[in-house]
Amino acid sequence: MTNLKPVDVAIIGGGWTGLAMANELAGRTSQSVLVLERGIPRKTADYALDMDELDYAIRLRMMQNIADETITHRHSARATAVPVRQYGSFLPGSGVGGAGEHWNGASWRFLPELFTLRSHLNQKHGAAKLPADLAVQDWGVTYGDLEPHYWHAEQMLGVSGKAGNLKGKTVAGGNPFEAPRQNEYPLPPLKDAYLSTLFAEGAKKLGYHPYPQPAANLSETYRNPDGITRAACSYCGYCERFGCMVGAKAQPSNTLMPLLARRKNFELRTGAWVRRIVHRDGHATGVEYVDARGEEFFQPAGVVVVATFTLNNTRLLYLSKIGTPYDPASGKGALGRNLTHQTDGTTPIFFDKPLNSFMGTGALSMRISDFDGDRALNGSEGLLRMGMLGTNSFGNRPIASFDALPRGSVKRNWGSEWKAAALKWRDRNAGIYLSGEHLSYRQNFMDLDPAYKDKYGDPLLRFTLDWTEHEHRQRAFANQIARKIAPAMGATVDDTQPPRGKYNAINYQSTHIQGGAIMGDKPDSSVVNRYLQHWDVPNVWVIGASAFPQNPSHNPTLTVLALTYWAADAIVNRYLKHPEALA
Amino acid sequence: MTHRMKRREFLTIPAAAIGGTLLYTLGGEAFRLQAQGNKQDGNIQVPLRFFTAEEARVVSAACARIFPSDSNGPGATEAAVVIYIDRQLAGPYGRDKYRYTKGPFIESLPEHGYQGKENPREIYRAGVQALGNFAALSLADQDAKLVSIEQSSFFRLLRTHTIEGMFADPMHGGNAGLIGWQLIGFPGPQMSYRNEIDKHFGQPFRPKPASLQQIMRRTGQPWEDEKT
Repeated sequence: MTNLKPVDVAIIGGGWTGLAMANELAGRTSQSVLVLERGIPRKTADYALDMDELDYAIRLRMMQNIADETITHRHSARATAVPVRQYGSFLPGSGVGGAGEHWNGASWRFLPELFTLRSHLNQKHGAAKLPADLAVQDWGVTYGDLEPHYWHAEQMLGVSGKAGNLKGKTVAGGNPFEAPRQNEYPLPPLKDAYLSTLFAEGAKKLGYHPYPQPAANLSETYRNPDGITRAACSYCGYCERFGCMVGAKAQPSNTLMPLLARRKNFELRTGAWVRRIVHRDGHATGVEYVDARGEEFFQPAGVVVVATFTLNNTRLLYLSKIGTPYDPASGKGALGRNLTHQTDGTTPIFFDKPLNSFMGTGALSMRISDFDGDRALNGSEGLLRMGMLGTNSFGNRPIASFDALPRGSVKRNWGSEWKAAALKWRDRNAGIYLSGEHLSYRQNFMDLDPAYKDKYGDPLLRFTLDWTEHEHRQRAFANQIARKIAPAMGATVDDTQPPRGKYNAINYQSTHIQGGAIMGDKPDSSVVNRYLQHWDVPNVWVIGASAFPQNPSHNPTLTVLALTYWAADAIVNRYLKHPEALA
Repeated sequence: MTHRMKRREFLTIPAAAIGGTLLYTLGGEAFRLQAQGNKQDGNIQVPLRFFTAEEARVVSAACARIFPSDSNGPGATEAAVVIYIDRQLAGPYGRDKYRYTKGPFIESLPEHGYQGKENPREIYRAGVQALGNFAALSLADQDAKLVSIEQSSFFRLLRTHTIEGMFADPMHGGNAGLIGWQLIGFPGPQMSYRNEIDKHFGQPFRPKPASLQQIMRRTGQPWEDEKT
């Protein structure tokens, strides 16, 4: 193992979180900042040739190679976990920019009550009435703490959208139920796809309040406050699972890397696979990593920021023996607890007209929030929380979109009869999509797998995760609403009912995996404090959706960025002046 | 390591069957063969990278039952789907370079997907062998045979790959002459719909399809084609 020259700050992971933190620290202080990214370098020019569905969207060129490392999964602590051998219900990215390169661009603020959800539910229902296995917690931060950081992130990305609540005043065209904003969005909304207009018309007929999803895909050419200018979106339809060839979708490679490349106190090292955070007596001394050629290094650092995806944030703490592992039997220990995904579900709908659905962009969606949170629940549904509904116009590509048929319309899924039906419906199908809050439960958690290893022989992360009755009810409730909206938008629905099956580790859902290193205001029930600083090792900061105590129904990226800026403020303004525990 | 000497195998395709042109890659360069006039007997000989000629005939016949050529238009034969599958199996995908393949291998629930040890090349080799003289059977007998293996890993792969071979960019070996995209009215990769996205509501908008090579002049090897 080679000992390297010390740096002030070592950041593990070169995605949105790691690079945004690096830019704050390297730009605002004279600290030497090193980002260790295990994947490859990426730049906009790499994407000039990427409009290939097979290579990028099916063989998943931009994702972590699952042959090197995966997770294992079991539905309960009584079962034996098996590896997820191929992707997968979520798609972790790799390379500079991480999942921030291949994301869709959905850029949401969370509802204020989500940050104090345990208190909110206790107050609304009484603590004694809540399910015994409910593990929902307050975050330790409030919407008010994060509002300026949300705005910082929205300006950096160039979010296109329409405010519905400006300083408490309802604004037409936006989401009237959103958290109050101090500013209108940096850019007006994207153009509406045909499907968006149909959904909006149908939803309005029923008295709902449709609005365009806030998108980090530029509706117009935009120059952000950092002086970075990017071109407007071309709606080419190669967005999710692809990098943007014109730079219209905000990605770390086109927003943060151009700034960081100019900073003398910043260094990016790719191909650096961190295996351990080294610590002694409650103080981290640096990290151990392996480079692409297999050579081992010790990188000494004054501060270690763990900024990988949810999975590896949690796994690195386990492998480094930092913090107390969660024990689901006793409920004690915090590391690995509160694993959540997202309650999503789609009600297929069918049209008698073509949608030209090959056109679109990553976050081009129409939404209603009339059922978000618990504002529309009256208690008879058996639900604590719901979510948003809407349609997506991401750009349908021919392989993945070929086979959507009304249920029961063919006897078998091959042959002439199937081909005729598939051709008929190919451009005349869509879905009304639910993005629902997935609450945290005591029995859903992460730890290390006893049997399966990664390419270096380190144990894989193990998911213990299954749906509960609450998620089944959320999907059934959303399906009832979708069945009313569909005819109002000129569509038909088949008799498909939402699945009530077990958690499926293979079918793609969303890459919104939360928890494992959650934030909070008590060290016995959270891994990091309200500033994302580790309770036990104060010079370790763990940032990302790993900090979310539960899934908030909305896509996580904007909040991950806001938390990064919030933590960066704490490091720059407080920690570097007095390096100690801040809470 | 012993290297098995391999005689180069060819698949002979009647030129008339593939509707004019066949686009495929060989040795790092894209070749475009004009079907007519390439051979005096009207046949095209495509060098195979993984299948034997006999295996290719079986796979081709099976794909043609999954995605038939019929009154609704061309199918797997015209798109040269078998060439797509041959290329996929010859490359890193066929050898499971993108799947977690460490043991122990335990059969689990359907929610955990395929947990087997065999890679796609092995699944095909065994699956094709089990189909025996498939290519010589009547269409009705071929269908009956496929029905009998519908639940197998082999059939699931074959069906998935048939759809991929119909609609993937032709640089991967299928979708010959963009026949799959023409069939469904997909225009292929286009640089911009900025002036189109909010028009054509309720009307079919069907720009003329173009391949990635045609629009980008991409001539490099596709990622799937690993040098061997």
